Amino acid sequence: MNDFMFGTFLEVPDRLIAALEHFETLAYLLAALLFILALAQLSRQKTALQGNRLGVIGMTLALAAVIIVAVLQDTTAMGLTIVLMVLALVIGGAYGIWKANRVQMTEMPQLVAMLHSFVGAAAVLVGFNSFLIQPGVEQYSGLTRMTENAFHMGEIGLAVFIGAVTLTGSIVAFLKLSGKISGKPLTLPGRNAINLVMLIVIIVCIVWFTMTVGRRAGIVPLAIITVVSLVLGWHLVMAIGGGDMPVVVSMLNSYSGWAAAMAGFTLGNDLLIITGSLVGSSGAYLSYIMCKGMNRSFISVILGGFGEGAPTAAAESKDYGEHSEINAVEATRMLLDSKSVVITPGYGMAVAQAQYPVASLTKMLIDRGIDVKFGIHPVAGRMPGHMNVLLAEARVPYDSVYEMDEINDDFGDVDTVLVIGANDTVNPAAETEPNSPIAGMPVLRVWEAENVIVFKRSMGNAGYSGVQNPLFYNDNTVMLLGDAKQSVSDIIAELNRTAGA
Amino acid sequence: MRIGIPKERGEGQTLVSVVPSVAAKLMKLGYDVCVEEGAGLTADCPDSQYADVGVEVVSREEVWGSDIVTFLDLPGDEELSLVKKGAVLIGRMSPWGNDALVEKLQGMGVTALAMDAVPRISRAQSMDVRSSMMNVAGYRAVIEAASAFGRLFTGQVTAAGKMPPAKVYVIGVGVAGLAAIGTAGSMGAVVSATDVRPEVADQVESLGGTFVEIPVKQESADGYAKALDEEQQRLTLEVYTEQCAKNDIVITTAQVPGRPAPLLVTKEAVAGMKPGSVIVDMGASALGGNCELSKVGEVVRTDNGVTIIGYDDLPSRLPGQASQLYGQNIANFLKLATPAKDGELALDMDNEVQRGVTVTLDGEGMWPPPPVKVSAAPAPKAEEKAAAADAAADDEEEPDTSGRWGLMWWKALLGVLAAALIVASPPSVAGHYIVFMLACIVGFYVITNVTHSLHTPLMSETNAISGIIIVGAILQIGFDNPIVTALSFVAMAIAAINIFGGFTVTRRMLKMFERSSDE
Repeated sequence: MNDFMFGTFLEVPDRLIAALEHFETLAYLLAALLFILALAQLSRQKTALQGNRLGVIGMTLALAAVIIVAVLQDTTAMGLTIVLMVLALVIGGAYGIWKANRVQMTEMPQLVAMLHSFVGAAAVLVGFNSFLIQPGVEQYSGLTRMTENAFHMGEIGLAVFIGAVTLTGSIVAFLKLSGKISGKPLTLPGRNAINLVMLIVIIVCIVWFTMTVGRRAGIVPLAIITVVSLVLGWHLVMAIGGGDMPVVVSMLNSYSGWAAAMAGFTLGNDLLIITGSLVGSSGAYLSYIMCKGMNRSFISVILGGFGEGAPTAAAESKDYGEHSEINAVEATRMLLDSKSVVITPGYGMAVAQAQYPVASLTKMLIDRGIDVKFGIHPVAGRMPGHMNVLLAEARVPYDSVYEMDEINDDFGDVDTVLVIGANDTVNPAAETEPNSPIAGMPVLRVWEAENVIVFKRSMGNAGYSGVQNPLFYNDNTVMLLGDAKQSVSDIIAELNRTAGA
Repeated sequence: MRIGIPKERGEGQTLVSVVPSVAAKLMKLGYDVCVEEGAGLTADCPDSQYADVGVEVVSREEVWGSDIVTFLDLPGDEELSLVKKGAVLIGRMSPWGNDALVEKLQGMGVTALAMDAVPRISRAQSMDVRSSMMNVAGYRAVIEAASAFGRLFTGQVTAAGKMPPAKVYVIGVGVAGLAAIGTAGSMGAVVSATDVRPEVADQVESLGGTFVEIPVKQESADGYAKALDEEQQRLTLEVYTEQCAKNDIVITTAQVPGRPAPLLVTKEAVAGMKPGSVIVDMGASALGGNCELSKVGEVVRTDNGVTIIGYDDLPSRLPGQASQLYGQNIANFLKLATPAKDGELALDMDNEVQRGVTVTLDGEGMWPPPPVKVSAAPAPKAEEKAAAADAAADDEEEPDTSGRWGLMWWKALLGVLAAALIVASPPSVAGHYIVFMLACIVGFYVITNVTHSLHTPLMSETNAISGIIIVGAILQIGFDNPIVTALSFVAMAIAAINIFGGFTVTRRMLKMFERSSDE
């Protein structure tokens, strides 16, 4: 491996090179195994922390091996290289740790999206470097040499392409999630055609790129690839509404993996290939699970044709009749009259930071002998598993947290459902109105419960998909309007008051 | 529409189809409800309780003349003659293979809904009267056995000596079997159970019982399937016989609707049992039972002192509870079939559950319904499988086959692409592609079983790991070109953010999960 690099440093003795290569291969193998184990253990609660530890060990091992190899190879300016490496690691590491410790759990999706963009950017830079180090060569020196060159150049093109798409896509996702730009999908006319044209341009440029000789000739197509890919990534994610962000985040996760794998190809580095494709395929599978949860086509998501075919959020507001409102005191009474309560949180709970009061409320109800469960829709929140993270942060025991499929048949036996900041995920229109934009999406059937209390800021705003929710107008639904955190706190106060009295 | 609750006239029938608390729920759906005088007496629901929730107490003629009549079992011709044309009958009807019944109902011009034909899918469980009745019956079977058994269930060591615990053996782990295992276990008996489906072993163990396996012989290659079936049956009977001799109480639960129950306990097995032993044959019916010597509706005592209980009316011996469950099943069904809650029955023939129970619709014959997509339809070939038939509760619906074919095409396409890539690539890089493809597959498998709550930590972890891109930058930073070095430096720094930030944030989240589970 790395034959071209070793070639530049002829003064290194052959035996040292052989020994180094063995050491490197062994370290890579171990690191790859540790990464696989880390992901496997992360799929279970019990072993998850252990999995993270294995990941850290694997990364340390890989970094140590690579740094040793890189330093030993570099006989010309060893000192400078070491200083630069340490400096880069310290700067990046310090910022990363600082950011990770400071981030609030509700801002988790933004952070993850931002991190994805870094991988994308790094992949683009590494791709450019690969090109600068080994630009295209003249294709006279035999067939093998020629295809090898073509493959090398093609890989660089792909790495830059995927990396760039990941970079801008993640930035847009970050901006949308943090509310810095509107979550509304950008629907340019003929945007599928635009995407297709950009893709074709990229492919043509990659082919052109593989045929160039030297840096000067190659930089032109590479620059075009980069720019067009950046625009493509931006446009793909701009076209996706904020409500579908969980899938987008998961999809970008997958893309960042593929970008790393492509960079691995350009360098001929197996560790990068293994790790990148691990992340890529596991991320793709995760997105697939999400898509099933939303009844979306997986293929159209990967290709970003997300809003495709979905009717432009039928703005016609049907008249579902009158809704009824209650206050915290009445809600408390309803809760105390119930034997079993299910709480279905949504993004509204995250926005209002209501997870802590919700957790205290849960505890108080359980202390009064009421059975409390949580029902989590697979795409509740803005990131896969977002609600679980928030509930865990507030110390809700995870065995009282159920997935949609586990709990959906039991709503008939539930006395009261608290819908806290969820809308589309509990919308009966998904099942009853075939023309609805969310038709066919599996939803939590909260309306089958005896009573439903919906916590909502006001009656005005619809959910992310912009659809009216007939649930709010059901006979067995009452609305508790206002800030979710405040409403829940009011109920807690009322519970304390009744307990004292 | 008006719902009538008649008094059950079947011999030994003590249940009533709708108890007052359920009647109140029906009224909430918008229905008028009336009840025949004294209908609920045997189920401890006097007329006054019905009147309290607003149900009108009326005569027999008026009840049977209602728009909807709910009952346990189909009544005799006398009552049927009172049913008006276009009425809806809801109750158990055993329509399997009973063409005469279907014709009769057609002739009456009624809509007949057979509650015992509710499809066995999880969605319909809340309406499954067979499950509810079997659950109650399983409990009662143990009570009957205990009262006929001349000993205690619990083992005790007393001043007067040691009492061994009773040993209970349950054949057929369906709803009834599971109820029996749970009841016997909670009374202190040592419980073991057998079922032809090895996968129910976990359920048995979850209730504190031991699972006794049946040695199922492997199929031979010469294709004598029929002979093998008999051989298999002989082997299972051997197990049953052996277990009967070891246990004090044997409860058999195998039933097949509309067909004779399979034979599980032979004469020889009974002969091998200890004096004082008890057999409860829950499969006993006029067509025969699970035990060769049982008599339906009777208690038989054999020469060697074994009591064989063949009651076929176990739910009737718990009339209050059984009626309540039955009524709730009906209420759940009506809730489904009354989407507008306006007291108007709106049957939807596109709904699997509603279609599944419909025997006739306004005098039009609808039986049998199209098969529901269930992986284990309750029509087992081998007789022994019948033991399984009354369980088979949460059957998964078959995945959409067209989707599977689509997936196959994709897989095939990917395979071809992969092969083409390896063939086309020069030998020096082909190895990398192999590694790449294998890693993709590994990545797919390692997270296949990820729990939903861990999606976010998993994502931040994979994100940290994808910071491995730093390796590329490290290998390039020493290159003798200031631009390359500068670019590598930047790449290293941002990849380092990923690595350190990703691992730290994952750890932070996981710590939270750990804490939340400690409580």
